[in-house]
Amino acid sequence: MDARRKPIYLDYSATTPVDPRVAEKMIPWLTEHFGNPASRSHAFGWEAEEAVENARAEVAKLVNCDPKEIVWTSGATESDNLALKGAAHFYKTKGKHLITMKTEHKAVLDTMRELEREGFEVTYLDPEPDGLLDLNKFEAALRPDTIVVSIMHVNNEIGVIQPIDRIGEITRAKNIIFHVDAAQSTGKVPIDLQALKVDLMSFSAHKTYGPKGIGALFIRRKPRVRLEAQMHGGGHEKGFRSGTLPTHQIVGMGEAFRIARVEMPAERERIRMLRDRLLKGLQGMEEIYVNGDLEHRVPHNLNVSFNYVEGESLIMGMKELAVSSGSACTSASLEPSYVLRALGRNDELAHSSIRFTLGRFTTQEDVDFAVELLKQRIGKLREMSPLWEMYKEGIDLNTVQWAAH
Amino acid sequence: MAYSDKVIDHYENPRNVGSFRKEEEGVATGMVGAPACGDVMKLQIKVNKQGVIEDAKFKTYGCGSAIASSSLVTEWVKGKTVDEAATIRNTHIAEELALPPVKIHCSILAEDAIKAAIADYKKKYSGGDNVAGATIEPSKKAAD
Repeated sequence: MDARRKPIYLDYSATTPVDPRVAEKMIPWLTEHFGNPASRSHAFGWEAEEAVENARAEVAKLVNCDPKEIVWTSGATESDNLALKGAAHFYKTKGKHLITMKTEHKAVLDTMRELEREGFEVTYLDPEPDGLLDLNKFEAALRPDTIVVSIMHVNNEIGVIQPIDRIGEITRAKNIIFHVDAAQSTGKVPIDLQALKVDLMSFSAHKTYGPKGIGALFIRRKPRVRLEAQMHGGGHEKGFRSGTLPTHQIVGMGEAFRIARVEMPAERERIRMLRDRLLKGLQGMEEIYVNGDLEHRVPHNLNVSFNYVEGESLIMGMKELAVSSGSACTSASLEPSYVLRALGRNDELAHSSIRFTLGRFTTQEDVDFAVELLKQRIGKLREMSPLWEMYKEGIDLNTVQWAAH
Repeated sequence: MAYSDKVIDHYENPRNVGSFRKEEEGVATGMVGAPACGDVMKLQIKVNKQGVIEDAKFKTYGCGSAIASSSLVTEWVKGKTVDEAATIRNTHIAEELALPPVKIHCSILAEDAIKAAIADYKKKYSGGDNVAGATIEPSKKAAD
């Protein structure tokens, strides 16, 4: 295999390339049509404002909500911050308890930590071993003073889809604000905010073939959700988020979400077939474990642990593939993925996990190349692994007295 | 993580990967580390009647630096007497492979593996001198 070849990109959950159709639409809004959408007194401003509103309508259409319910932000991290801090601060006289899950993105978890420092109380729920939330355990965690619940739609590491429809029924009945981080789900899973009882939903453009640096927050109008602004200034976006709107970025997000709406049904099936081909290819190997439920899962994600192979050497052996590892071995202290640990995976399996995320530009050749490469490299590393040798000799590694160091 | 050319060379072309049969005459085994820490090294030496290490083999579960450290020591111990091999220090390994500070523990583990193999050799063939470093015999432990 040619090592000089550019790596094959199988990390679409980290970010996606901007679709060329999106990039083409953005460019004029940087040069010819540079007006400030907030300028009311001349044509430069009017045309920019119109472009922003068209894009807002496209975002709203993908998730079936009113365009008036969409507020532009810099991305899903900012949307999560605005939703959680904004709601907690506004409703703090009602209660001080919030609920989330241990497998949430850091943008939610770290915001929750900040709210704890401010005096709020947060419950972090464990997922089931398949990665999903148990609704009975969720209901048991609710308190009379619970004001906000935040559960992500699609998990970024293992791709499982949480039952946000049923969570929404529970929270709405109790008048609790329900926030959903949907950064990983737009264009991958249908979202219908007329049907879902979700109050706040975070979106990102760059996970859906749009540009980085732009996102949105859905803020429900009926029943009305109130937020305390986090960014103060010129009162843009009805005061929810001040700051001059980046017209070109917004146009890009609108076009990316329009394409997602039109092409999602066909794209989902094509990518699911490729993912299943990858899974089938890998299943020929011994001692591999799929992390997370396979049924309640987005079609483009596959997260697999390769037993008896250490994660860093695995990544080192696969430089022809751009994939993510569950192991962050950038320092002497190895830190396995907190998501996989929350599922109850042991350290070794968490360390040896690889996340493959396929996308719009992945081909069957890419998948076949990846399967052959993985078989070869993992075979080589296992031939070198004393743990694999012991496993093959029938030794139960749990009975071995290791000299921890 | 940027690896030195020598680490990459040993990782891509590891020397002396494999195992000797434990019962083979003159073979001693050292196994150090733990899976939960991310490194396990098994080093085997084959010592002739004159006390010279004629051959060595390794298997390592660990990062590229751990694989390179163990591959390197199999080359270094070959042709040395057991006592000469015992003088190999982790600093020599780290220097040869240009290991960054966060990977020094890999070289320490490789030194421990040599010590453990030598301790096993002395226990088996000269009535159990006490040498620093412990050896793990997984096959025996697993039997209970």
